[in-house]
Amino acid sequence: MLWIYLVLIVAVLVFGFGVVLWNRRRAAVSSQAPSRPALPVRPPPEVLVGVPAPSAAVDDEVAIEDDALAEPELAVERPSFRSRMSKARSAFTGALLGIAGRTGITTDTWDDLEEALLRADVGVRVTDELLGGLRARVKAKEIIEPGQLLEALQAEMTSRLLGADRSLHFEPGEPDSPNVWLFVGVNGVGKTTTIGKVAALQHEAGVTVLMAAGDTFRAAAAEQLTTWAERSGAEIVRGNEGGDPSAVIFDAIERAGARGIQLVLADTAGRLHTKTNLMDELRKVRRVAAKGRGRVTEVLLVIDATTGQNGLTQAREFGSATEVTGVVLTKLDGSAKGGIVFAIETELGLPVKLVGLGETIGDLVPFDPREFVEALVSLD
Amino acid sequence: MFDSLSSRLEGIVKRLRGKGRLTEADVDEMLKEIRTALLEADVNVGVVRNVVARIREQAIGARLSEALDPSQQVIKIVNAELTAMLGGETLKISYASRPPTVILMAGLQGSGKTTSSAKLARWFKSQGRQPLMVGADLQRPAAVEQLRTLGRQIDVPVFSEPGDPVSTARRGLEEARRLGRDVLIVDTAGRLSIDAELMEEVRQISQAVQPDYTFLVIDAMTGQDAVGVAEAFHAALAIDGVIMSKLDGDARGGAALSVKEVIGRPIAFASTGEKLNEFEQFHPDRMAGRILGMGDMLTLIEQAEQAFEKDQAEAAATKLMEGEFTLDDFLEQMQALKKMGPLGNLMGMMPGMPKELKGAEIGDDQLKPVEAIIRSMTPLERRKPEIINGSRRNRIATGSGTTVGDVNRLVKQFGEMQKMMKRMGAMGGMGRPGKKGKKGKPGRGFPGLPPGMPGMPGMPGGGLPGMPPGMGSAPGGFPNFN
Repeated sequence: MLWIYLVLIVAVLVFGFGVVLWNRRRAAVSSQAPSRPALPVRPPPEVLVGVPAPSAAVDDEVAIEDDALAEPELAVERPSFRSRMSKARSAFTGALLGIAGRTGITTDTWDDLEEALLRADVGVRVTDELLGGLRARVKAKEIIEPGQLLEALQAEMTSRLLGADRSLHFEPGEPDSPNVWLFVGVNGVGKTTTIGKVAALQHEAGVTVLMAAGDTFRAAAAEQLTTWAERSGAEIVRGNEGGDPSAVIFDAIERAGARGIQLVLADTAGRLHTKTNLMDELRKVRRVAAKGRGRVTEVLLVIDATTGQNGLTQAREFGSATEVTGVVLTKLDGSAKGGIVFAIETELGLPVKLVGLGETIGDLVPFDPREFVEALVSLD
Repeated sequence: MFDSLSSRLEGIVKRLRGKGRLTEADVDEMLKEIRTALLEADVNVGVVRNVVARIREQAIGARLSEALDPSQQVIKIVNAELTAMLGGETLKISYASRPPTVILMAGLQGSGKTTSSAKLARWFKSQGRQPLMVGADLQRPAAVEQLRTLGRQIDVPVFSEPGDPVSTARRGLEEARRLGRDVLIVDTAGRLSIDAELMEEVRQISQAVQPDYTFLVIDAMTGQDAVGVAEAFHAALAIDGVIMSKLDGDARGGAALSVKEVIGRPIAFASTGEKLNEFEQFHPDRMAGRILGMGDMLTLIEQAEQAFEKDQAEAAATKLMEGEFTLDDFLEQMQALKKMGPLGNLMGMMPGMPKELKGAEIGDDQLKPVEAIIRSMTPLERRKPEIINGSRRNRIATGSGTTVGDVNRLVKQFGEMQKMMKRMGAMGGMGRPGKKGKKGKPGRGFPGLPPGMPGMPGMPGGGLPGMPPGMGSAPGGFPNFN
């Protein structure tokens, strides 16, 4: 008699939601309290000063000088996409060599090309679009040789990624009004690690950094971030496990403002974008972060390069919940290819700003569309 | 953007009506849609090719039966094929004759090894075992601390020592023997499958502890790369089973199919939520439906069984059909429903729910006004809402902090629902396989729903709202409903 349950569920859902939807139409309902156990009372945040933290006093002149020095240096030492993505390319390259080896463009050419793109997680829709355009050009005899075809594909893929603003926004302003970069994403994508690396890079560039341990849910997340704070010379503000993340981040921003620290990197707990209550919690974090003396200049969505087509849904949901300004693509040094960024960039207009190409701090680099596409589609 | 396979096939099927047999061209057209559906679910390209070839063989020339429309038949074939591929032998844990039974956890960074280790430990505990966890992830900062915290939550001891992961694992094994723990779960650091050095390290750990089971933890959201990862780990460690993590998201989880197909090892467990008890043995039939985007009815029903009191539920359902369902009953059932988790999740599990409902972010709190209104009524009003007149309405609205309009709407809608349920009851055969979908007029909309809420197709007499065709008879459906 299992259907009984279904009848009840249906009745309750249908009836209840009928009313709810009606009401929603009339007025946007304000967000609710998260159901993750958040302490009703704001826990007094415990402030830890990162052990080897430099003097927190900001010397503006030095900071600017360091900035100018450090930037080009980082660019020079940057690992290349191609070397790090080498393994990732092998499958792709195999297919491409097959294509280039044929005389003329045949049905097999298209099949190989399609498979290569799908294997890179580019997705059915984008693949169809890319190949559709190329097919037309082949038909019109604009493209005859397989080599030309690959070049055209490469150009087309690159052009889809060009034109976006990929810089990390940092607005120098009043010393008591820190920039806030908020990091969001699903579980296990590498938010905390990314924050650690960004902190180290910014510190190196002469920016004073404070981390806000807003992941109060995962066991030992704050410890993990503390380790990074010690490594990178940043300060850290943490709350109690199970505490209210908004409060921790708010306090961190206030503290940074009071101490003249320029940049707050705010960690949040990983959450699946399907959990309404947790996404509401994140909306609140986003709102509260903008309430104090800080200015939220970046909301970075961290996405694992191994993610498949679900990445687009993630980007859409997090984007609408927290006004995401850019994407950090992590773990691109594995065998994954990160093809989902094409869909994310073209359909949602979210630029990839940083890419993780390895485990060390220097392996977190600015995203370069040309290099990325070249690493994907090239024969050598 | 992800449409279920059934909706994909709809258009094609319209043209097939009346045909007695599927031609090759028809099948090819459908296969293209099936292929797209599988690819969007992140099933590996190579695996998709094999599956589609197999489905093609079965579909061509398949006689169209009278009872099913061609799309139902095709979906049935696809569903059966996927279920067969995902299923096969299930992993039955047999415990080592000389304890402890050693379990090694491996996977990429961020796949969920540490959490899965704790969940697995909790599962063993529920089986009456006494697990010990070993934190051999000495790489990620605070990973051991995370494991210890989780261990405290489930009351399972954790062993770890700084230094070398291989010797930590070995010492963990000695510790388990010394303490007389009969299951040892070794959590290792996440590593890239192409990192030769780290793969060698995990191989050494494996050699040191000689695991009885090696589990590969794979994120349900993984894309095409799942195959490469599984192959690499399988080559290094000889995987015995797979744990799918983060299955509570909306990823279709095609990775499960790919991995099963490529390394031929079963998916043993699935992690279905953040809480440590949200971890269960894997159900291939449900996964097949999920990959095809057909909702997850069985999980829904299972949760319902836990949340509702059986007798009460039966009584309430009978009342519902007979039109004697009162607002009190409704309130009671709503409380039970809330136990099943966030209502938004439930909506997601209902197959074929209209997009507007699925997309709507519905928090539990949004039902609160409904609850408040009902609670502001007298017992008599709850039994007979028709006696609510102007002054009663005013009182109820004031009492519940809503408006007279809200109260009106609720009463009106309740009346409509009652009527509809009564009609369904009169038709009988509610939700029973073989009878669904035919009597209802799909797409007619749902009486009593506010305007602008179209498409509760097939609701009246349809049993379930918009049950995808074929579910009832497909293996992943609910053959055992009555």
